[in-house]
Amino acid sequence: MQLLTVSQLNTYLRDLLDADDLLRDVWVEGEISSFSRHFSGHCYFTLKEGDAQIGAVMWKSTASRLATLPVNGEAVLAHGRVAFYEVRGQVQLYVDLLRPAGIGLLQAQFERLKERLAAEGLFEPSRKRPLPLLPHRIGIVTSPTGAALQDMLNVLRRRYPLAEVIFAPCRVQGAGAADTIIDALYALYETNVDVIIVARGGGAAEDLWTFNDEQVARAVFASPVPVVSGVGHETDTTIIDFVADVRAPTPSAAAELVSPDIEELNDDIAQMRGRLSAAMTQRLANARETIARLKLRLDIRSPESRIRRDRQHIDEFIRRATTTVERRITLSRARLDGVRGRLEALSPLATLERGYAVVQSSQGTLITDASQVAPDDRIEIVVRRGRFRAHVEPWSTADSAVNEVKKQTLT
Amino acid sequence: MTQTIEPAPGEEYEMLYSRLQQIVEQLETGDLPLAQALTLYEEGVATAKACQRLLDHAALRVRTLMESADQSPAITETDV
Repeated sequence: MQLLTVSQLNTYLRDLLDADDLLRDVWVEGEISSFSRHFSGHCYFTLKEGDAQIGAVMWKSTASRLATLPVNGEAVLAHGRVAFYEVRGQVQLYVDLLRPAGIGLLQAQFERLKERLAAEGLFEPSRKRPLPLLPHRIGIVTSPTGAALQDMLNVLRRRYPLAEVIFAPCRVQGAGAADTIIDALYALYETNVDVIIVARGGGAAEDLWTFNDEQVARAVFASPVPVVSGVGHETDTTIIDFVADVRAPTPSAAAELVSPDIEELNDDIAQMRGRLSAAMTQRLANARETIARLKLRLDIRSPESRIRRDRQHIDEFIRRATTTVERRITLSRARLDGVRGRLEALSPLATLERGYAVVQSSQGTLITDASQVAPDDRIEIVVRRGRFRAHVEPWSTADSAVNEVKKQTLT
Repeated sequence: MTQTIEPAPGEEYEMLYSRLQQIVEQLETGDLPLAQALTLYEEGVATAKACQRLLDHAALRVRTLMESADQSPAITETDV
């Protein structure tokens, strides 16, 4: 036996309740009564069910997230922790989530988990990875017996038969199914798959519940490669849809998302072929052009063109030489003509033409003075045409300087 | 560790395709010596053909991871 003070007892009770796992995270279904909202914003009420009741506190922060505040008599699902309030010595439910009871416990749990994982960052858009363009190995986690697997394989066969599928079978519903999904996922993480599809065909909401399992969500989050979820129909949303890198509305859609279309690949190849031959044609055209250009340069430097050019030079030389010689001949001829003119001007022949004669002694001396001759001298007379001899006659007059010239015909 | 040792057809395709891309880009720069360009062109044509052959003859390969007795997963090829 021990003696405790009240505060010691209350602290003990508080620690006792705090240590309990169930009380830390619990859903309680009940009816609201004695609801009051303090001016501070915190709400206080009682949850009742039959004869049982428990006091509840909902902090302002939780209350402010509710669309409408609960009213007395409303059936609700309250989530929170149970703790001992030492000041009053009361056990209280600290509510952090309040849902109308009609929504169902599963749905309430779903939203609670979703909020928690979102707060933890598991849905962060920034950590979503893009899907590989050409996945070589595609991991598939689904039931071996469901239609979903065949649907996905058909899509992959049609769109991208180059892929290799690594199928990790699991159970998709029922107790323990979550563990088989987690095992399948981790088994795939040990392989070299490039992308993983987690899929399940459509079913009732309870059937899809496995994919709302927190541990499954964490296993998906741990994936080293992008994960595509394809669970149920388009309208179904499960937790792993939020965690997956890409959410597909159905298994077939997931298979389409991870696979490139072979038609596009065929087009790619055709386009590459086109570019290949276009580039080669262009290259050959360039080569042809280069050759033409080189040939032109070669022609300029060819011996023929050199000879042609030299011949042109020679022709030019000859032309210049001829011109020079011709000019010189013309010049000489002109000079000669000038000399001849002057010569003709000086010639006595012109004078003789007019009837004058040149008198010469028999020795050929030009006689210009009568004293040069004596009677009986023989002289020669030159006229315009021909010459003849003459005999000097004695001159009877006093003018001794003038002798009569006796004409004597010369042969 | 369960690795498939054999290369997937997709890996071969991607390798060939990226080689093809490389060849086309190299040819398109246009400043290669002609002999080299011709060699590249021939390689390109052959590579494109090989890519096409892979696409034409590809058949989806499916392997199943099985839990064996010693709890370590093993890959078996199965008709699924």
